[in-house]
Amino acid sequence: MKITLPVDKKSKDANISSNLGRAPYFLFYDTETEEYNFMDNSAASSQGGAGIKAAQNILDNGAEAIIAPRCGQNAANVFMTAEIKIYKNISNSISENIAALKEGKLTPLDDIHPGFHQHGGRQ
Amino acid sequence: MKQLLILSGKGGTGKTTVASAFIQLAAAKAYADCDVDAPNLHLVRPLASPAKVADYYGMGKALIDEETCINCGSCRQHCRFEAIKESDGKYEVDVFACEGCGVCEAICPVGAVVLQPDVAGELRVYKDKDIFSTARLKMGSGTSGKLVTEVKKQLKDETENLDIDLSVIDGSPGIGCPVIASLSGVDMVLIVAEPSLSGISDMERIIKLAQGFSLKLAVCVNKYDTNPDLTHKIEAFCREHGLPFAGKIPFDAKALKATNQGQSIIEVDCSAGRAVTEVYSNTMNVLNKE
Amino acid sequence: MKIAVLSGKGGTGKTLLSVNLAAVSPESLYIDCDVEEPNGHLFFKPQDIKTEKVNVKIPQVDQELCNGCRVCVDFCRFNALVYVIDKLIVFNEICHSCGGCRLLCRKKAISEIDKEIGVVQSGKSENVRVLTGILKPGEPSGVPIIKKLLQDEGQENEDVFIDCPPGSACVVMESIKDADYCILVAEPTIFGVHNLDMVYELVRIFHIPYGVVLNKCLEEEENPAEDYCLKNNIPILGKIPFDIELGRLNSNGEIVARKQAKYRELFQNLLNKVKKEVQHETASNT
Repeated sequence: MKITLPVDKKSKDANISSNLGRAPYFLFYDTETEEYNFMDNSAASSQGGAGIKAAQNILDNGAEAIIAPRCGQNAANVFMTAEIKIYKNISNSISENIAALKEGKLTPLDDIHPGFHQHGGRQ
Repeated sequence: MKQLLILSGKGGTGKTTVASAFIQLAAAKAYADCDVDAPNLHLVRPLASPAKVADYYGMGKALIDEETCINCGSCRQHCRFEAIKESDGKYEVDVFACEGCGVCEAICPVGAVVLQPDVAGELRVYKDKDIFSTARLKMGSGTSGKLVTEVKKQLKDETENLDIDLSVIDGSPGIGCPVIASLSGVDMVLIVAEPSLSGISDMERIIKLAQGFSLKLAVCVNKYDTNPDLTHKIEAFCREHGLPFAGKIPFDAKALKATNQGQSIIEVDCSAGRAVTEVYSNTMNVLNKE
Repeated sequence: MKIAVLSGKGGTGKTLLSVNLAAVSPESLYIDCDVEEPNGHLFFKPQDIKTEKVNVKIPQVDQELCNGCRVCVDFCRFNALVYVIDKLIVFNEICHSCGGCRLLCRKKAISEIDKEIGVVQSGKSENVRVLTGILKPGEPSGVPIIKKLLQDEGQENEDVFIDCPPGSACVVMESIKDADYCILVAEPTIFGVHNLDMVYELVRIFHIPYGVVLNKCLEEEENPAEDYCLKNNIPILGKIPFDIELGRLNSNGEIVARKQAKYRELFQNLLNKVKKEVQHETASNT
């Protein structure tokens, strides 16, 4: 299974980013091959709809599950449509969260925040 | 670091006056002005060193290359924002109307229209003994939500490795996108209400918005003596909705004078200054209650 | 005669001024362009209200025709479109109605439908026709509502007063761009000066003649806004004193000029001054 985490640098000791849409990088981790791949988040600099664009990018790279502290309503809608699960992280560490996911210890994310759309939209 | 955001809904109720008093009272080491349309907090904070300034880029703006343009008018025909003007058969972009959607660029048969990066404002951070993050949006721009996010991110980045208990954030009026952006990640919102029909109507809207976020909320009334009846009404509203009422501040000409000298109202001996001190301690009680 | 009333910050008295000027004019049209927080109607309490919806176009996808080429997804600078598995999804509240996706779709899979973003209400309050724009919360732009409001240019015998949103952003530009004259309202604080400076720059960009009304003036107190006007040679149209009684009536949603003769006189004098200035400006322009 391919898992995605929003992270603050391109390294295994990176912290999990607090904002999914505007995280600088995404980590793609494959639970079968145990491979780590880092990707720039091209949505981070978007004026608006960053969460939506980030979700599209995550989807296009084949993620099947996401671990994040919070997620905007729009991105959550995209993931739900694509039947991708979103889990709440237990700490800031990548390895701890991956281990927890493998052991089935992560719970689904319920912090789906409303009204974040138009973050950068024209008023 | 706990974040306290000051909001009002309606403009001109006294957000910045309350924010600057709170900064002084708390000896806050970190603060920000999120009212990027009309920033004012810097006027009442003594700033010793110059700011670190960075450009803020908004949506791009279309530019027509006159040499390449064949004056077909296709861009004008397809622009939904009436941002392309024609005079004497020549086409020009009205940068204030342009929303940067890129339709003109896509539709131009000869590639004469290109979207250009556009500086929509500037971010400033002052680093003396305190960290002060602020920004100003350029006139006619409309991309303020993202800029508010940038102001808060700047504050967070600059204070990350410092041991700071509290940051005070001055918000913007309205209930729109800049306000929503300023709410993200704060621990508490203090609403500065004004005893007028308009003020109450706007206060109710902002409370409704803030309740959608998981944060603490309290209300205070400024210039309460200008309409005691409506002040009672606000107090009753708070009781009814279980909202902590942090106090009321009178209209005070001395406070006005202090502000005009670039001082906080607690720096002079006046009734408004004493009242705001009480509002502060009540607010801190709410914020620090587990 | 079309007069826009604006100020860099909120709460300086835009609505007080525009409502009362409209009230003392023999026949007038009051237009509330502060579509995020329209408050003028709280004063006028207009009768015979007619409500008209304001719509913008948003894309609608025919999934049968869509071949998943994603040209539209890549084009949309607002990120309002996503392609999930085999479906194109539109985020209506993100869409800015530019029409680009429909234009670029080679399969003609995208058409457009109306989406309501707010309303325009019209009504009558004695001598004043009242137009109010109300934006739905969460909508990205009030500009289409302001455009709709300003399509009513007023009848020949009517004075038109435009109550603008605060600030100097694009919604303010839209509100003032066809005005004959701009009144800048300022309060006597250094905040007032700073924000007056912003709108002063704005009216000069648009080459619209302007004057300042100083509000909440305290006798024998310094007035930084007045000093600013004198320094920059900005005409001062008049002063509204800080007055507890006026403040109370106004905060209760009363139109002070309709309540008391002394306030009627105050705003009548202001209106006369404004009209004189407008005539002067029109004469010097021709």
